[in-house]
Amino acid sequence: MRRWLVALIITAGGAAGAAASGLERVPAIAHPATAKECGECHMAFQPALLPAGSWLRIMDGLADHFGEDASLPADLTASIRAYLAANAGRSGDPKITRITEQSWFAKEHRFRSAVWQRPEIKAKSNCLACHPRAEQGNYDDD
Amino acid sequence: MNRPVLLATALVGVGMAAAAAEPARDAIVAAYSRQAQNENQAFDGFSTARGERLYLGPHTGGNTETPACATCHTFDPRAPGRHVKTGRAIEPMAVSVNPRRFTDAADVEKRFTRDCPNVLGRPCTAEEKGDFITFLINR
Ligand code: HEC
Ligand code: HEC
Ligand code: HEC
Repeated sequence: MRRWLVALIITAGGAAGAAASGLERVPAIAHPATAKECGECHMAFQPALLPAGSWLRIMDGLADHFGEDASLPADLTASIRAYLAANAGRSGDPKITRITEQSWFAKEHRFRSAVWQRPEIKAKSNCLACHPRAEQGNYDDD
Repeated sequence: MNRPVLLATALVGVGMAAAAAEPARDAIVAAYSRQAQNENQAFDGFSTARGERLYLGPHTGGNTETPACATCHTFDPRAPGRHVKTGRAIEPMAVSVNPRRFTDAADVEKRFTRDCPNVLGRPCTAEEKGDFITFLINR
């Protein structure tokens, strides 16, 4: 079903091609607190998907996190912050906190708006809806 | 509870989805019960029916896209839920199908702190927390 969905999207959207994002395989999360606390409301995003500056902004604003209160005790926040920053990606705009608003994301995901509105997708940030192995850091679905 | 009963429960409980006594969960409910007594002199125990009403809603006062706990946890607590904003799957809430529910006090309190304001526009009382868990123990 998911494979079919991805196939459909690729044919319908005009292939995203092999424009190298360098992110088709990123290391899985190796920090249990990050996996647990940042994986409750959405998949825990791998640190390589954003530059350090973006992670620091996110971790400094958890009380108003995209409209949610995602705040954590200070010691947990500090340990997650350090892990994400130390393992952050090298590319991307550190002023932008969304992965889905980074320019590489737009280049790899040129789909008609009808695709994003499909109920099983719900949000651009729902990587798992289209990348079944996203939790292992695998976005290479060919 | 005496030893043989405890042992029997442990043997039967392994791998079984029975909403059997679970010390960690019992302790969480007991703590909310003490707190509810402090908050409200007239408190006389938790109620499955009140818990169900809290769960199903609809409520006003919170975010318009989340009028009920069921909005993310689904109307059937035995079924997997789905986060209404992110699409993330959520494990079932009913203890009968998900025996790990309500066994970590810090996690439970953290989620009440986040989820109640989203739905009700205010924190849940200790009575509401106990009602909610009681409803899901009985589902
Ligand atoms: C209480 C729920 C909740 C928790 C806990 C949470 N988030 Fe989020 N997060 C959200 C919501 C809601 C969004 C916005 C989803 C959307 O609109 O696509 C979001 C979005 C994000 C995004 C941007 C996704 C995109 O569109 O590119 C990042 C990055 C992120 N969260 C990181 C984190 C990190 C790091 C943690 C752990 C410290 C965390 N989140 C914990 C609810 C949460
Ligand atoms: C609507 C479905 C959909 C969603 C949601 C989605 N993607 Fe994609 N993504 C695709 C498709 C289709 C491709 C292009 C085909 C391919 O190369 O696998 C792609 C390509 C990519 C690539 C490039 C892979 C490569 O081979 O270079 C990365 C990295 C990626 N996505 C990451 C993400 C991340 C991270 C998220 C969540 C924040 C996400 N995607 C959400 C469908 C989606
Ligand atoms: C916006 C989506 C959303 C809504 C609405 C929501 N929850 Fe949750 N809830 C979650 C998520 C996500 C989790 C964490 C994932 C998990 O525990 O499987 C969670 C977990 C919980 C837990 C933790 C259970 C445990 O075993 O640790 C409790 C308690 C809880 N919610 C209570 C409520 C109550 C009470 C309401 C209604 C007043 C409610 N939730 C409404 C998303 C939601």
